Amino acid sequence: MRKAVAIIGVGQSAFVRGYEGSIRELAFEGYREGVEDANLTAEEIDASIICSAPEYDKQRSPAGLLAEYLGLNPKPTFYIESVCSSSSMGLRVAYSLIKSGLHDVVLVLGFQKMSEISSADSQERMGRGADIMWESPFGTMMPGYYAMHARAHFEKYGTGEEDLALIRVKAATYGSMNEKAVYQKEVTLEQVMGSDVVSSPLKRFDCCANADGSSCIILAKGEKAVRMTDKPIWILGLGAASAPLNMAGRDSLTGLSVAKEAARQAYGMAGISPNDIDVAEVHDCFTIAELMAYEDLGFAKPGDGSKLIRERQTYIGGKIPTNVDGGLLSKGHPIGATGGSQIRTIVLQLRGEAGPMQVENAKLGLVHNIGGVGIYGNVTILGRG
Amino acid sequence: MGFDRFGTVSFANKSKVDHFVDLLDEGMVAGTRCGKCGESFFPPRADCCKCLSDEMEWFEVAGPGKLISYSTLIYAPTGFEEDLPYTIALVQFGEDIKVFGRLSKEIKAEEVRADMKLEVAPVELPNGRITYEFRKA
Repeated sequence: MRKAVAIIGVGQSAFVRGYEGSIRELAFEGYREGVEDANLTAEEIDASIICSAPEYDKQRSPAGLLAEYLGLNPKPTFYIESVCSSSSMGLRVAYSLIKSGLHDVVLVLGFQKMSEISSADSQERMGRGADIMWESPFGTMMPGYYAMHARAHFEKYGTGEEDLALIRVKAATYGSMNEKAVYQKEVTLEQVMGSDVVSSPLKRFDCCANADGSSCIILAKGEKAVRMTDKPIWILGLGAASAPLNMAGRDSLTGLSVAKEAARQAYGMAGISPNDIDVAEVHDCFTIAELMAYEDLGFAKPGDGSKLIRERQTYIGGKIPTNVDGGLLSKGHPIGATGGSQIRTIVLQLRGEAGPMQVENAKLGLVHNIGGVGIYGNVTILGRG
Repeated sequence: MGFDRFGTVSFANKSKVDHFVDLLDEGMVAGTRCGKCGESFFPPRADCCKCLSDEMEWFEVAGPGKLISYSTLIYAPTGFEEDLPYTIALVQFGEDIKVFGRLSKEIKAEEVRADMKLEVAPVELPNGRITYEFRKA
């Protein structure tokens, strides 16, 4: 049961501003690396799942285009979307296709070329990830929603802007070591605190960068995986949940219910507890999102997230190293590619191939990937053999 | 004209609860209550997901409510630039009803605090448009 499905290959393009090419070429970059990593050929891939947020794509139904360009015809291909968590949802579907016996090897390709449209248009489209009838007419944007969560957390627990800024400083520390990150500079606490307000209390450095990028995850049935690679990484736990799109339907703004519920499922399936996790990737689209993730995932008690970052427990060497690849904040957030990139980071960690970002002897890793402002939540637990 | 008159920019043109906009014209911010099981909804909806009924009645969202959280936007999406800066907010009315909207610009930044008492009221916008906002109760 625990060794039903394994990840046998991972790939990722560099995450960049303004990719010099089309979506097919961007997707191919992640694909090439994934297929080379898995050491297989297109003929061995039984089905492909293509993940992105379609409002950025000028191409209608990208799965058809990409299956052709990647050389995956005539095998089945289709599209999975849950905005920012699309490729984690793709992984969940790939797992079920393999577990059901329908396919042995499935490819999950996430991509996003956000630079197809202007930054203002991009914000407007992201705002429409909220309730377009009852919220968007007020001029909403993603930073505004997360800012409301930050304000609620500040009010309830006394968390402050500096706590959030420390999360950005950590992200930049590791982003500077990640050659695929869009933002590879370190930043100081003063720089973060002094950056322009975007939506109070969130400032420019509290927000992740838009980026273009692709990611690729190749999964195989257990018996086959152990023949195909000597370093399979096992999918031990999967959790997924949904919550009301409209803030008016939320019980609380100090955490994300989807993360708590998805985590509960994933820990239960894997038969482990938060203390067992050696390294984590969490969805830090904004600094407050990472702080809430600490608490929603059980790394800290509600209200104690700020303590975790102040004590540097989420750095390498701390209790639970988190986003030690720079996270979305420094690595960039090409929506459909993000979940796959997080999964790739954990796979490399568990294989001991994470280079300067390596957490020593990491055996169990967790990926927390959120779609929209906590509309969709996916938590995935991975382990080495 | 139906729902496309709602807010600075509306992204939906027609719904079965377009009457919400007529009620704003009449000075009322309203939700819907299921005539069969009594469940109350804001935003208003045409269908009850508790009992599947579509027999909805309108009720006025009565204040004062309590500010849950808020944020002042310094940047706006396309179409909202002229409104800047503005403060989005979530306000709780009674036990079950939460309303998402904007704070009135008459509330000064230094006055805003969680739990402050607010009421909700319609506001006419240019070009025949209409919305609602939260004001000090």
